[in-house]
Amino acid sequence: MTSTTLHLGLVGNPNCGKTALFNALTGSRQKVANYAGVTVERKEGKFVTPAGREAVLLDLPGTYSLRARSPDEQITRDAVLGTLENECTLDAIVCVADATNLRLMLRLVLELKQTGRKLILALNMYDIAKHRGIDIDIDKLSGELGIPVVPSVAVRRNGTDALLTLLDKMQPDEADAAAGAPLNTSAPVNTWAAPDAKTVREMHRTADLILKDCVTRPEDSDEWTACVDRVLLHPVYGIAILLGVLFLMFQAVFSWATPLMDMIGAGFGWLSALVQTTLPDGMLRSLISDGIISGVGSVLVFLPQIVILFLFIILLEDVGYMARAAFLMDKLMGRAGLHGRAFIPLLSSFACAIPGIMGTRVINSWRDRLVTILVSPLMTCSARIPVYTLIIAAFIPRGAVFGVVDRQGLVMFGLYAAGIVSALSVAMVMRLFFHRHASEPFIMELPDYKLPSVKNVAWGVFERARIFLRRAGTIILTMMIVIWFLSSFPGPPPGATEPAIHYSLAGMIGHAVEPILKPIGFNWQIAVALITGMAAREVAVAALGTVYAVGGESGGSLTQILSTHWSLASGLAFLAWYVFAPQCASTLAVVKRETNSWRWPAVMFVYMLVMAYIAAMIVYQATVFLGG
Amino acid sequence: MTLETADQPTVPHWPLGEGRVGDAGIVTDIVTADDQPELERLLLEMGFVEGARVELIHEGPMGRDPIAVKVDDMRVALRRREAGCIMVASDSRPS
Repeated sequence: MTSTTLHLGLVGNPNCGKTALFNALTGSRQKVANYAGVTVERKEGKFVTPAGREAVLLDLPGTYSLRARSPDEQITRDAVLGTLENECTLDAIVCVADATNLRLMLRLVLELKQTGRKLILALNMYDIAKHRGIDIDIDKLSGELGIPVVPSVAVRRNGTDALLTLLDKMQPDEADAAAGAPLNTSAPVNTWAAPDAKTVREMHRTADLILKDCVTRPEDSDEWTACVDRVLLHPVYGIAILLGVLFLMFQAVFSWATPLMDMIGAGFGWLSALVQTTLPDGMLRSLISDGIISGVGSVLVFLPQIVILFLFIILLEDVGYMARAAFLMDKLMGRAGLHGRAFIPLLSSFACAIPGIMGTRVINSWRDRLVTILVSPLMTCSARIPVYTLIIAAFIPRGAVFGVVDRQGLVMFGLYAAGIVSALSVAMVMRLFFHRHASEPFIMELPDYKLPSVKNVAWGVFERARIFLRRAGTIILTMMIVIWFLSSFPGPPPGATEPAIHYSLAGMIGHAVEPILKPIGFNWQIAVALITGMAAREVAVAALGTVYAVGGESGGSLTQILSTHWSLASGLAFLAWYVFAPQCASTLAVVKRETNSWRWPAVMFVYMLVMAYIAAMIVYQATVFLGG
Repeated sequence: MTLETADQPTVPHWPLGEGRVGDAGIVTDIVTADDQPELERLLLEMGFVEGARVELIHEGPMGRDPIAVKVDDMRVALRRREAGCIMVASDSRPS
C-alpha cells in the first residue's frame, strides 16, 4: 500500500456545515495559521483513511462561486486551480453541500467540474434532509453530475464513514502519481474561466434539471425555520430579542465568570505566596513573583470571560442567528455608512478587533471595508474586559439597580454601548470624508436554524482560548519581563525616600509623560501602564499590578490599592480613555497588513488617541467639577 | 376600485424591491444597469434566476428594508435597492 499523503480541499457554500465536517474528519489534528502573504485563515487538518492512508485536508473559505469577489474567495479559487503559492496541488476536492439546500451548490459543482479536478460531493446534514422528507436519489445524482456522491452527517459518530470509504476507493487512481510518475499524466485539464451572466444562467438551468430528476421534497419542508423567523425577524419582537441576547451576553460575561475568576486569582495568589516563602529574597524572587506570576496571573484571570464571550458568539453563529442579526441591523449600519455585512466583523470585534478586522474581508467594496476596519477597534474587545473589570470593581460599588440589574454589569453595558455608539458615529463622519459612492450590495443567505453541535462549539471556544493562552504565554509573558526589568532597574540610590520604582526606567518614562496626562487625571503609574499597555490592552492591568507591587504596596489586592490611590475622577477618566484609546500594537499591525500601507494604521492611531484624550479629559474635569 | 380588470389579460410585472410581505411570483428578468454586470451575476449566483419562485417573507424593522425573500427552497436577505433589479410576474400579488 502506498503511503503518499492525499491532499484534499473542502469547498462549499457558507453555512453548509463544512467546518463541522472538517472537525468530524480531523478531530484534534488541526492547525490554524495564515496563507502565505495574506491574512486569510488557513485551516489544515490531518486524518488517516480506514485503509491507512494519511490525508491532509484544507478547509477552504466558503463561497457561492469561483469568481472570487473577496480575498477569502480568491484563496478558495486559487487553491482549487492549484495556483496558490507555497501550497501543493490538491489531489481531490470534497464539495460539501447542505443536503436540505442543494441548489446553489450544484451550480458551484458544475463550475468546479470545469477546473478538471477530481471531485467528490458530500451531502452533509443528510439526516436532517431525510427527517424533513427530502428524498435524494444519490446514484442518479452521481450519474448526472458525473462525480461520486456520498451522504454525510458531520455531527454524528460514523457520519463520515461513506466519505472515508470513498476516499480509499479513489486510491488506485492515485497510485501511478504516487509511484512517482510525472504529474502531467493525470494532470487535470482546466477549462474554467470566470463565467459571465449567460453561463451562470445556463449552469442554473442544468442544476435545476438535475435537481428535478434526483430530489423530491415535500411542500414547506422548513416549517420550523419559518416559524422561528416570524418571531426573530419581527420588527418589534426581533429587535427586542436581539437587544436581550446582547444584554444577556454581557451580563453573563460579567457575572457568571466571577467565581471562576476568583478561583484562578486565588490560585495565582497562592503560587506567588509559595514563591515568596520558598525562594530567598533577591532579584530572582522579585522576577518570578512580581514580574511573572503577578503579571501573567492578572491576565490569565480573564480566561473565563473570554471563553464565555466566544461561547456566545460561536453558539449564535452555529445556530444561524448571526445572519438574522445582520438582517435586523442592516438599515442602522447602512445609515452609519456601513455595510450590513460589517455587523458580523464588528460583533467579532467584541471578542478581539484582530479577527474582526480580518473578518472584514467578507465586504467586497474597498471603501466599505476600510471604514469597517477603522472603526472595529472602537468595539469593546475582550482585552478591555480586564481593564474595565478592575476599574469597575475598584470604583463602582456593588449592588442592584431597580432590584434586579447588577450595577457593575450596568456600567459595563454602558461602556459597551459607548463603544458601539462611537463606532457608528465615527463611521458616519468618515462617510463625509470618503466621497459617497454607490454602496456595496447586501445580499446574504439566511440559513436554516439548527441545533448547535456541542462538539463544534466546544472546538471553536477551545481554539479561541488556546490563542488567548498562547498570547498570554508569549507576548504578555515577554512584556511582563520587560516591564519588570524597566520597573526594577536601576535600583533606588542609597537612602532613597520614595518607592524603588520611582527611580527606575519605567518611573522615569512615566514621570516624563505625566505632565501631558495631568489634564486627564492620570498619574505616572498610569503613564507606565499606558505605555506598556501598547503591547495589548490587558497588559495595562498586569503593568499596574507590577508597578504597584514593585512600588511596595503589597497590602491587599490591586482593586483595593487603586481605590485608595486614585481619585474617582481618575478611575472614570481611565475607563473613558480605554473606550477609545488605540492601546494595541497588534491591531495596528493587522491594519497595516490588511490595508497594505502605514497610512491607515497611522490614521487610526491618531484619531483614536485624540478621541481618548478628549473623552478622558471631559470625564475627569466633569467628575472633579461635580465633586468626585 | 376596479383597477384589476385592466390588468387582467396580462400578468402584472413588478420589481421585487417594491413588494410587500406576502407578495409572491416567478422571476421573469434580472434588469441591471450596464455598469453593474457584477450585480447581475451576484443575484444569479444567489439563486435569483429566471423561473425561480420568490416570495417576500420579511421586511427589516427600519423603513421595511432590507427584505427577506424565499427563493425556491432557500431564504435570502437583500436590500430593496438591489431587489429592484429583479422583475417578478405575480400569481398572488394582493392589490
